[in-house]
Amino acid sequence: MANRLRKLMLYVVLLGGAAIFTIPLLWMLSTALKPIDQAMSSPPRWLAYKQLMIVDGKGLSVGVEKLPSPDDENYAGPDTPITVQIAYQWLMQIDGEQVPVKPVDSDFDPDATAPVAVTVNYHLQANTQAGLRPARIAGNGVGHEDDGQVYVVVIDAEGYMSKISVDQTDLRKTYDQTIKDTEASFGETETLTVLPGLLTKSLIPWDDRTELAHVQVEQRAATVGDLQEKISLRWGNFAKAIDAMKMFPTYLKNTLVLCVLTVIGTVCSSTLVAYGFSRIEWPGRDKVFLVVMATMMIPFPVVMVPLFTMFRDLGWIGTLKPLWVPTFFAGAFNVFLLRQFFRTIPKDLSESAKIDGCSEIRIFWQIILPLARPAITVVALFQFMGTWNDFLGPLIYLTDQNDFTLALGLQFFQSKSGGTQWHYLMAASTLVVLPVIALFFLAQKTFIEGISMSGLKG
Amino acid sequence: MTKGERQNLVKGLGFISPWIVGFAVFGLYPLCTSLYYSFCDYDVLNKPAFIGTLNYQDMVGDSVFWKALYNTFYFAIFSIPLGLILSLLIAVMLNQEVKGRSIFRTAYYLPSIVPLVGVSMIWIWLFNGDYSLVNYALSKIGITGPGWLTDEAWVKPTLVMSGVWQVGGTIVIFLAALQDVPRALYESAQIDGASAPVRLMHITVPMISPAIYFNLIMGIIGALQEFVRPFVMLGGSGPNRSALFYAVNLYQNAFSYLNMGYACAMAWVLFVIIILMTWGATAASRKHVYYGGDS
Repeated sequence: MANRLRKLMLYVVLLGGAAIFTIPLLWMLSTALKPIDQAMSSPPRWLAYKQLMIVDGKGLSVGVEKLPSPDDENYAGPDTPITVQIAYQWLMQIDGEQVPVKPVDSDFDPDATAPVAVTVNYHLQANTQAGLRPARIAGNGVGHEDDGQVYVVVIDAEGYMSKISVDQTDLRKTYDQTIKDTEASFGETETLTVLPGLLTKSLIPWDDRTELAHVQVEQRAATVGDLQEKISLRWGNFAKAIDAMKMFPTYLKNTLVLCVLTVIGTVCSSTLVAYGFSRIEWPGRDKVFLVVMATMMIPFPVVMVPLFTMFRDLGWIGTLKPLWVPTFFAGAFNVFLLRQFFRTIPKDLSESAKIDGCSEIRIFWQIILPLARPAITVVALFQFMGTWNDFLGPLIYLTDQNDFTLALGLQFFQSKSGGTQWHYLMAASTLVVLPVIALFFLAQKTFIEGISMSGLKG
Repeated sequence: MTKGERQNLVKGLGFISPWIVGFAVFGLYPLCTSLYYSFCDYDVLNKPAFIGTLNYQDMVGDSVFWKALYNTFYFAIFSIPLGLILSLLIAVMLNQEVKGRSIFRTAYYLPSIVPLVGVSMIWIWLFNGDYSLVNYALSKIGITGPGWLTDEAWVKPTLVMSGVWQVGGTIVIFLAALQDVPRALYESAQIDGASAPVRLMHITVPMISPAIYFNLIMGIIGALQEFVRPFVMLGGSGPNRSALFYAVNLYQNAFSYLNMGYACAMAWVLFVIIILMTWGATAASRKHVYYGGDS
């Protein structure tokens, strides 16, 4: 009986601990799949949802600031009154296209007959030799004869601006549909005076209010019973986070390039060196190995400044080289791990190969390396993780965003937009964290073996 | 030296030549240069100018330096023992015959492989004063959570928690060591009526003392160089410099203020502190660490 109770206690404690250890990761994923208002709402919920309601005869997702809880004083079941928020746009037909417009007076009477002022955002593009490029009329085109030509400033593919003259007919006008459109450079606004009858009110899903241009929100009275809640995970946040980070693909490419190069470097150099320290008897070997072990004690800050100076003199600052070239010269920890493993391979194998006339390199290549595959996997895996996770190295050596790694890029993104776009920050973090976790599940045994190996007495 | 020995020496040196070159270029040379720079006024742009021990003297009167040292020791003193005790207890529990052991092991290990930048992001979000999950959970049991990352008094404990969350590696090392403890020892102790805590203190701890010692040393080296978490979570400073850690201060001196000489001097002081603490830990544990039959 006492034994049963003890076992139960053990499970409770283990489960509680495991929950504490996994909740931060789950919370990251949970937030990554939420729209921003749900990410910041209290009480927090694990699964993102949608509140659907029939509005004007159609099902629509709406915003609810605070759902009344059954504990509230005035709670009356499904009949409890609430205020819902509905997002909509005013659309107008311009050049055969539905364009969102913004009434200057947001409280205008749609049924009136007097014209109202609305603003609309648009962008110009000029048809140049290099194709359609964003353009802006330069100084009202002043200084030109009235020959149908107009001066414009265009941005080329590299982002440089230049002033050119184009024909009026070569200018295209596109009306902005999304917030992103309106925020692009060379944005223009114009005010039109139109009859209210030409404007149509278009209800939009609640999430879209952070995407589309000129969205208005209105309050409507409803009851709890009108709402229908549905779980809705916003998988699209990942794509949007990548978009918000702007250079995510570049960061990923740099990180992968570095991972491949450092893994190759480490495996090639460390196996050679470990072989030299374990499979060949030479005078002074074990003393030199002590030096190898001692180098593990050197804190990185001690060598940081001279390494920086050295790489700067080589012209390597602002390139990936300082981060991968040194791995081709064997790190102490990896040499130690591999040496431990090489020593367990029986001597007789090498001896008989030598009698058969095998050279040392061939023994290394054809006998030892194949046998040491488990240890090499461990070393490669740890190096991959080390490169993927490294932050200080890239922080010191990389100067240009084009060279940033994911770890550095994530921090850069956070320092720019942290505190506002939590859902995107968590989605981006998930993208950085998930590959490592996936790798763990693929190579679980190698991880555990490797860690245990490193903890052997040394 | 016989001909065979000489041949082996050449072959051996040949195999370890990558390390020799690497050690000379990326180890020994920077080590010596760094020591020299620590006696120089050096801003990267101009040549280093020898100024004797001025950098070291400046350090004595540099209140920021002392604050950073204090913060780092505070972090180390709490995070190392907490991490060791917690991971030892978890390892002992996981070493029992429990169902779903590998699932538990995965749950405890996973956080430790999460990239530090990712951990920092998660922590900022989890402990963000206004919308934090942690403060919500606390409010459920009637506690008003503090501004974890904005209140000077709570910044370091929050960082310690983040460090302790990543003890998975330590747990695995303890687990591996526990496998080697002979079952018979526990059985005979149980017959003699030793309680679980007694067995833990008098069998488990002595038997796995080498692993404890190893994790302690690794803990010291890691904690004193803590950089990413304070740098990312609190921009390297935090309220009233409460998260200004030694390595962060050193980095800022080197790359923000371009006091490279001073930064090198700080690095050497750190090196000495690490050596002294490692030596201290070794001396203290010499009596208590038990190396099976081979010592």
